Amino acid sequence: MTSRIDVSIEHRNVPEPPGKHPNTCPSCSSHYRDDELEAALWVCPHCGHHFTMRARARIASLADEGTFVEEAADLRSEDPLDFFDLRPYTERLAEAEMKTGLGEAMLIGQGIIDGNPAELAVMDFAFMGGSMGSVVGEKFSRACDSAAQRGVPLVSVTASGGARMQEGILSLMQLPKTVCAVEDLHDTGQPMISVMSHPTTAGVLASFASLGDVIVAEPGALLAFTGPRVVQQTTREKLPDDFGLAEQNLRFGHIDAIVPRPELKAYVAQLLRLFSRSGD
Amino acid sequence: MATDHELRLRERLARLRNLNLLGGARVSGELEKLQRQLERIQAAPTDEEIWRSVELARHQDRPYTLDYVNRLFDDWVELHGDRGRADDHALVIGLGRFNGRTVAVVGNQKGRDIKERTDRNFGMAYPEGYRKAMRLMELADLHKFPLVSLIDIPGAYPGVAAEQHGQGGQIARSQALMSRLQVPIVCCVIGEGGSGGAIATAVADRVLMQEHAIYTVISPEGCAAILWRDAAQAKKAAAAFKPDALHCLELGVIDGIVPEPEGGAHTNPDEAARLLGESLRESLEELESIAPEDLKRRRRAKFRSLGVYA
Repeated sequence: MTSRIDVSIEHRNVPEPPGKHPNTCPSCSSHYRDDELEAALWVCPHCGHHFTMRARARIASLADEGTFVEEAADLRSEDPLDFFDLRPYTERLAEAEMKTGLGEAMLIGQGIIDGNPAELAVMDFAFMGGSMGSVVGEKFSRACDSAAQRGVPLVSVTASGGARMQEGILSLMQLPKTVCAVEDLHDTGQPMISVMSHPTTAGVLASFASLGDVIVAEPGALLAFTGPRVVQQTTREKLPDDFGLAEQNLRFGHIDAIVPRPELKAYVAQLLRLFSRSGD
Repeated sequence: MATDHELRLRERLARLRNLNLLGGARVSGELEKLQRQLERIQAAPTDEEIWRSVELARHQDRPYTLDYVNRLFDDWVELHGDRGRADDHALVIGLGRFNGRTVAVVGNQKGRDIKERTDRNFGMAYPEGYRKAMRLMELADLHKFPLVSLIDIPGAYPGVAAEQHGQGGQIARSQALMSRLQVPIVCCVIGEGGSGGAIATAVADRVLMQEHAIYTVISPEGCAAILWRDAAQAKKAAAAFKPDALHCLELGVIDGIVPEPEGGAHTNPDEAARLLGESLRESLEELESIAPEDLKRRRRAKFRSLGVYA
């Protein structure tokens, strides 16, 4: 028999959750109050480390005030496999909703970014590791349709460990589903701007996130099909220091730019202006 | 359990009946096939049977892509290289004659002995492999050759170079290219349909699966390691995420099951090839009567409809 090598598409790609308080900077150990971090867009004022940003905060940081109108908010996951590992999937879902106040790991809706109308699809890593199951796939698909119908670009912000194992093969099918949705959007002449935040890995990197007409990443974000731990375990290769990080991806030509969070809105708005037909 | 399972298959049949509006006469063929499959099925596979499929799908004597290619396609010419930097041996591409027409073929390829296994990287493709596949897809589209894709991959290779060369991005682009092709695409999972590495070349008009193939979002061992924190619980994981052909059919992920000889494809490769050839021919004939633009539209609509939510 050949030795079996696991190629996981989900949670293992994601770094261990830090044992420290969530408001303690993992890179310089400075500690902040919620309101301090919020004011700094969840970027460490001391060392510039980018904390993962919740979906609603992200939308607030990108969309002009009061312009975001959420769509498909009532979609909820079902449990097509009656999946039960150590706990039932339905219980994990309910817990994630309680914890995050979100129905799923993605929010979609219409918004205006510095005067430019767009459709937004924003992921939230706090909801089951931002994993993509049927609802994330469907929401993204609807975001593409909404953008196409209104003739506006799509801006996606990803933060995901990959496909959601608890939905089995159906979660893998969300890869081609979201890919086909982007292609349908492209056929209408509208662009997609893909913003990859930490982490964008596995099934999400291997589908819609990589299909942006322009791909922008946040500093230090892990953007890998397989995360460092699994690569290390399966190949015993020595990993470069910046393995899988945005910086390596930029060097190897996989992304267009690394943009610090405080400059992101202006950068995206500039792209939207360039893509708009009138050019204004 | 059996009736529950039957009910769901019947539901799918009913849905297909409603598709008549879109599909016209061709859907009825599909209907009949599903009906036949429904009749063959008396009960949902047990956990033991699911695990048996996992073992058969990975059996060291199981026919691989080239075993089928040699039996099914005349005048076979293998093509090589991604026209960029490498020729990934984990994936073979080529042209051959199949029932009087030229077809483009892409397939994952594992090795038989240690030397070949290493050369083919245990069937695990690098990004170069997907570029090689895309090169063939473009060729097929340009010359209007139907595309046949055979899937048998544990997963895309997880390595430093693979990441540096853009594994995720190439898998995404390969799917995107398949969603744009205006030629018929038939795909069959002939062994392991391992996650992103498999879906990269599986965005087809007809997705088939051999009776004992498996199609998974993650290997049973990987799933067990994460959710049970113990890779030895692979059997339990497999039972929980149900990677067998029947469940895939039920969920609408595949369009049909290709029967295997009693005991699995490896017991009689000639017969396994004959059965696969029959299914491929049938699927291609159905698809060839559909206008190219419709093919693409329906292919995308099919994949965009996948998922279960409330």
